[in-house]
Amino acid sequence: MLEIRNLRAKAGGREILKGIDLAVRTGEVHAIMGPNGSGKSTLAHVLAGRETVEVTQGEVLYDGRNLLGMAPEMRAREGVFLAFQYPVEIPGVSNMYLLKAAVNAVRKHRGEPEYDAMEFLALVKERMKLVEMDQALLNRAVNEGFSGGEKKRNEVFQMAVLDPRLCVLDETDSGLDIDALRIVAGGVNALRGPRRAMIVITHYQRLLSYIVPDRVHVLAQGRIVTSGGKELALRLEEKGYAWIEGQTAGPAAPAARV
Amino acid sequence: MSTETSRAGRDRWIDACARARATAPAGTAWMDGLRAGAAARFADVGFPTTRDEAWRYTSLSAVENGRFDPHPAPRPEALTPDLFQQLTFEPWDCNHLVFLNGRYAPDLSRAARLPAGVRLTSLAEAVVAVPDLVEPHLGRLADARGRTVTDLNTALMSDGLFLHVPRGAVVQEPIHALFVSMANGSPAMSHPRNLVVLEEGAQAAVVESYAGIDGGAYLTNTVTEIAAGDNAVVDHVRLVRETAAAVHLSHLEARLGRSAGVSSHIVTLGGGLVRHDVDAVLDGEGAECTLNGLYVLEGAQHVDNHTLIDHARPNGTSRELYKGVLDGRSRGIFDGTIIVRPDAQKSDARQINRNLLLSEDALADSKPTLMIRADDVKCSHAATIGQIEENALFYLRSRGLSEEMARSLLVQAFVSDILGRIRIGPVRAGLECLLFTRLPRHHAPRETA
Repeated sequence: MLEIRNLRAKAGGREILKGIDLAVRTGEVHAIMGPNGSGKSTLAHVLAGRETVEVTQGEVLYDGRNLLGMAPEMRAREGVFLAFQYPVEIPGVSNMYLLKAAVNAVRKHRGEPEYDAMEFLALVKERMKLVEMDQALLNRAVNEGFSGGEKKRNEVFQMAVLDPRLCVLDETDSGLDIDALRIVAGGVNALRGPRRAMIVITHYQRLLSYIVPDRVHVLAQGRIVTSGGKELALRLEEKGYAWIEGQTAGPAAPAARV
Repeated sequence: MSTETSRAGRDRWIDACARARATAPAGTAWMDGLRAGAAARFADVGFPTTRDEAWRYTSLSAVENGRFDPHPAPRPEALTPDLFQQLTFEPWDCNHLVFLNGRYAPDLSRAARLPAGVRLTSLAEAVVAVPDLVEPHLGRLADARGRTVTDLNTALMSDGLFLHVPRGAVVQEPIHALFVSMANGSPAMSHPRNLVVLEEGAQAAVVESYAGIDGGAYLTNTVTEIAAGDNAVVDHVRLVRETAAAVHLSHLEARLGRSAGVSSHIVTLGGGLVRHDVDAVLDGEGAECTLNGLYVLEGAQHVDNHTLIDHARPNGTSRELYKGVLDGRSRGIFDGTIIVRPDAQKSDARQINRNLLLSEDALADSKPTLMIRADDVKCSHAATIGQIEENALFYLRSRGLSEEMARSLLVQAFVSDILGRIRIGPVRAGLECLLFTRLPRHHAPRETA
């Protein structure tokens, strides 16, 4: 479903991604781990189409099509969803309004009729249960005054409503207490399925006890330095990122291919 | 502009004042005195110039040297039923007084279902019919400011809304004064004058709106005086949708008695050169004043908002929120002063001006001034000038909204708190409709689902 080839990207004049190769097949969940500043969020933003990140080399194919050539909204309509590490507060725009506009933009793109108010409400009510979302939050302005946990829950809730095919979760676990983490992970797990792929970006192994990945990749200094099964996450937890960074210090670190 | 043309310009205006006196209806000596005094003050000083601090951003030379027809015949047929419905916020069914090129149009107006003792007429009628209700107020508030543009209005005033609400009376339905300008050959001018008097404990809501229905050039120079007696409550909205070639000058003067509440929203969408002077005097203890404004500009529009809130007595509260959305080469100015007089202890004043620039060439000026003469007060002000946040735009687009729709939604969000504070429902809804069809396509106002 997703194929990233030799991706290099700059942000703020600095090269952050220095040749990423990654392939994710439909139905798979991939975890990307790495220390702060390794380029995890930059990768997420490149996939979602952030214009402040400049791709200097490489390509990204989504279902065989050039993802990098699509505007952010086209990617969303084609089924790419980014759960933000820092969801943006938008005073004056209600959560419900945004969600309805988003759902209908996707449906219109797919050639499906737009939902009316009743159909939309029914969908929302059903998906709310996935993340135990408080209905009061729906009528509030997007993320305004939400706690950290509420914001992350709102991201997963949006994901559930929009029904994407490729989900990119950018540190959705950061800043969550264990209860919130369980709820968010439960929501994500409920959305796992044979027709959907997920890239779960995280700093901590903890999340991966709840969302068990098919593959784990370790990103350091803009490159994937090692990849493996779910046990790789445990090894990292045990030894820390210093272990990886020690490995990449030498010139011999080859980019892992999956 | 040479001094000579300027003098010739001023002389033409002085002549116009003299003609207005000569042709004014006879029988009201006090009115003639009012006009004569104002004309004399104008003749002395003339128009303000950009050398005056209060006018440094806005030049009136085009007005001074312009030639405007003082008695332009309206063409009522230009006001089609469709337009009329739009301008009166149909299906809103409220009392309205309609003025075409400054002249009262009784056929288009309606003043019914009013509580006993409430007077709603045109000002010209009131001057003749109930001079004892008009004389104590007309010009008493606004003319003392040393504003020669206001003096010009007083000298040339044509007609306008007169509302008198006696003690304790409550007018439930809002009242709409609609001023429609239309060209008829040469550029027209009108000098509407509105007087709203609420006695002790009275309540009313007044909407004034100004619109041009063809692309023509004209001048509107309007003055509204609001006298809110002790404990009276006034809700006021002014909506300006003049044409891009029009000059709109306005002065709103409100005096608040003890524990009176006045809330005013001034919304400027249209007009080439617009200047609002708003003065509110909290002249009784515990008065509460809200002055909000919204200016949504495009093209080469120039809108200068000048406000003065005068806390003259203790325990007063004022809230002021002005927001500008500036596109194209437009310029929006906010110059707001809050005065707290020495004995106005425990005053609580908050002033905020926020601007959203939608284009590189738009310009916003924000000039807040606090003049605090008392020592036990709570006063704050804030001003921001910003652009659409890249973060928010990306967030919305990443959810599938087109860039255009995302921008439009963010602009709507920016203005929504001001609109939300307008308590007159049909006007609020009409404004949302107007704004969101004009802002970059895709509208659909907020919804609560």
